[in-house]
Amino acid sequence: MHVIIENGRIIDPANQLDCVANLYLADGKIAAVINPPDGFQADMRLDASGQIVCPGFIDLSTRLREPGQSRKATFKSEVIAAASSGVTTLCLQPDTSPVIDTPAVAELIKELANKAGYRQILPIAALTRKLEGNELSSMLALKQAGCIAVSNAGAPVTNLLILRRAMEYAASHDLLLIFRPNDYWLGNKGCAHEGAIATRYGLPGIPDAAETIALAHCLELAELTGCRVHFGQLSCKRSVIKIQQAQKYGLAVSADVAIHQLHLTENDMIPFDSAYHVLPPLRTEADKQFLRQGLASGTINCICSDHQPHDVDAKLGAFPETEPGISSLETLLPLTLKLVEQHAIDLQQAIAALSQHPADILRLNKGALTPGLPADICVFDPEREWQVNPSTWKSQGCNTPYWQHTLKGRVTHTLQAGKLIYRLHEPA
Amino acid sequence: MSTNLQLNAEGKLKHFLSIEGLDKTLLTEILDTAESFIGMNDQQIKKVPLLRGKTIVNLFFENSTRTRTTFELAAKRLSADVLSMSIATSSTSKGESLLDTIRNLEAMYVDMFVVRHGISGAAHFIAQQTAPHISVINAGDGQHAHPTQAMLDMFTIRQVKRDFAALRVAIIGDILHSRVARSQIQALNTLGVAEIRVIAPKTLLPAHVEKLGVTVCHDLPNGLQDIDVIIMLRLQKERMTSALLPSESEYFRCFGLTEQKLKIAKPDAMVMHPGPINRGVEIDSKVADGVQSVILKQVSNGIAVRMAIMAMAMQKQGRVA
Repeated sequence: MHVIIENGRIIDPANQLDCVANLYLADGKIAAVINPPDGFQADMRLDASGQIVCPGFIDLSTRLREPGQSRKATFKSEVIAAASSGVTTLCLQPDTSPVIDTPAVAELIKELANKAGYRQILPIAALTRKLEGNELSSMLALKQAGCIAVSNAGAPVTNLLILRRAMEYAASHDLLLIFRPNDYWLGNKGCAHEGAIATRYGLPGIPDAAETIALAHCLELAELTGCRVHFGQLSCKRSVIKIQQAQKYGLAVSADVAIHQLHLTENDMIPFDSAYHVLPPLRTEADKQFLRQGLASGTINCICSDHQPHDVDAKLGAFPETEPGISSLETLLPLTLKLVEQHAIDLQQAIAALSQHPADILRLNKGALTPGLPADICVFDPEREWQVNPSTWKSQGCNTPYWQHTLKGRVTHTLQAGKLIYRLHEPA
Repeated sequence: MSTNLQLNAEGKLKHFLSIEGLDKTLLTEILDTAESFIGMNDQQIKKVPLLRGKTIVNLFFENSTRTRTTFELAAKRLSADVLSMSIATSSTSKGESLLDTIRNLEAMYVDMFVVRHGISGAAHFIAQQTAPHISVINAGDGQHAHPTQAMLDMFTIRQVKRDFAALRVAIIGDILHSRVARSQIQALNTLGVAEIRVIAPKTLLPAHVEKLGVTVCHDLPNGLQDIDVIIMLRLQKERMTSALLPSESEYFRCFGLTEQKLKIAKPDAMVMHPGPINRGVEIDSKVADGVQSVILKQVSNGIAVRMAIMAMAMQKQGRVA
């Protein structure tokens, strides 16, 4: 199968490319950019004029709710959401039911992904058995079964000796640790940022120190053990400073931020809007601005969706009793583009944060439009506006705070290994 | 919070969930309405037919004696039919969600819910979800609000002090866990007192408490200077086991109100407590039972104030003659 994507503005941060040109795909791979390969005969031509053509997005943190919670979402429902959002690779957090702590579960995920017709769901293995923080998981076997990294998801490893051992073991197998810093005790089962808003509404608070202290522990252990660490879903100013210092010091650590942390703050949940109940919690305006600066300076170099679809009941209740999380795949690109519009980052940085950098961190041969790489491509119209409503929404989880909002930036085509997995069927 | 949720299109009270979002005029109207009911307590027939034919359900997901009883009496004195339900949290954990409980009761043609719940935001959630003709009164939700308690405290303060403008009020004790304190602070600020001082160790103060519009003090004798109104808060026993305080005796030594410390405040300072009191923990018996104490007056006033709030919430929907 030979495909030409014609006349799009090609943005490929890895190759420092930004020009209006044609992109040529052959047999599931990138064949050439700008000039066609000799004797190239297209089987399919996609018109991308007025649109941006870039590497498909790689999402470092998603939950698709299978196995175990198919009432919330299924692979089938969520891969459509992913494809329609230009996301071509999904990393799946290990807190499924059962937990991804045996090769069998990793195999099951592969099978479910194949059935759903979306081949690039990369399971993240549990760092500890059942995510309980007590015993190591069979990391090598899990790696061999296709797990891309190890993580304890949102669950704590309260015993630092166990965290140390786990990191040493992961390092022995050259496994990346994806770590969401959260000190269990300081978190104190809170549900909102410990600050003026939580105080006013009597909500149990989570201080930012719950994040920064866990982060500091892990940074020290990264140095001690030599484990590669990527910090996931940072939420506060002092986390950015700590990562910055560690990088300056020469520690090979990276970090991402969930897209909603770059747009929302504690004020948005007033008074008890469960759509804004997320973990880590939405923090202050200063934290949000600092996260944006961290992204601009490259301290944080990835944006993830932290996609967490829920059933309706999960969000129906008094705020502290509702389940945290946002169904966020479909708003990932428009909200990232909004950062560009608001001059927080430029378009190259935005696309790199969604493709090139996550690929680098995961050491995937992707995230760029280099000839020979798999043809994972996103084509989007940066100016096209659309309303978030039931007719445009694909995820089974309707838990988005952006319901009825008009957003700018719409994916028109998504290709995974050269195969068109999504095409927008909406008149412009 | 929820200005529009608590008020109907004409700006009249529909639900009573929190002091936040209610203005001085409305709070004063509540106090004035309560004033008109206060005389009834001494009459032979302690009833008015304002809510005759209305059904009020007291929905208590948390234990309470005083609040539930005064709500029940208030409803009865307004001639409403009252049903009091104590729903221990365990029965809801058997499977029925809060929303299902509400839906079932709604199906029985209820006009008003009086809700106490252990989770912050529960009353607000019920008000959002319930049928439009039903009023919801918050009888305490988690650590968020206890607005009827705050209003009966305001009523009691006004009875004694008449004017709020010059008052300096000290709230002493476990502010962190106190929904009463949060509502009192909002009410006192709305009614325009000169100063609210919160006095507690740091472990019992929530983050950025000063943003609620209070000054912070960690020392009781210093904090009591020039104070007109002293509000003591109940100290739960479990605060000792969760490492918030070393011991009851140390707490009493530092923050317990004794006759001696009371002398530091203004000579006519009034002593309040939302109850139930822990004698010898946050307050000495001599003070609790002393001449400056208005603790029992607060309880009596609770009935009139709750009558006023219930009557207003029903009346302003044009459903009461």
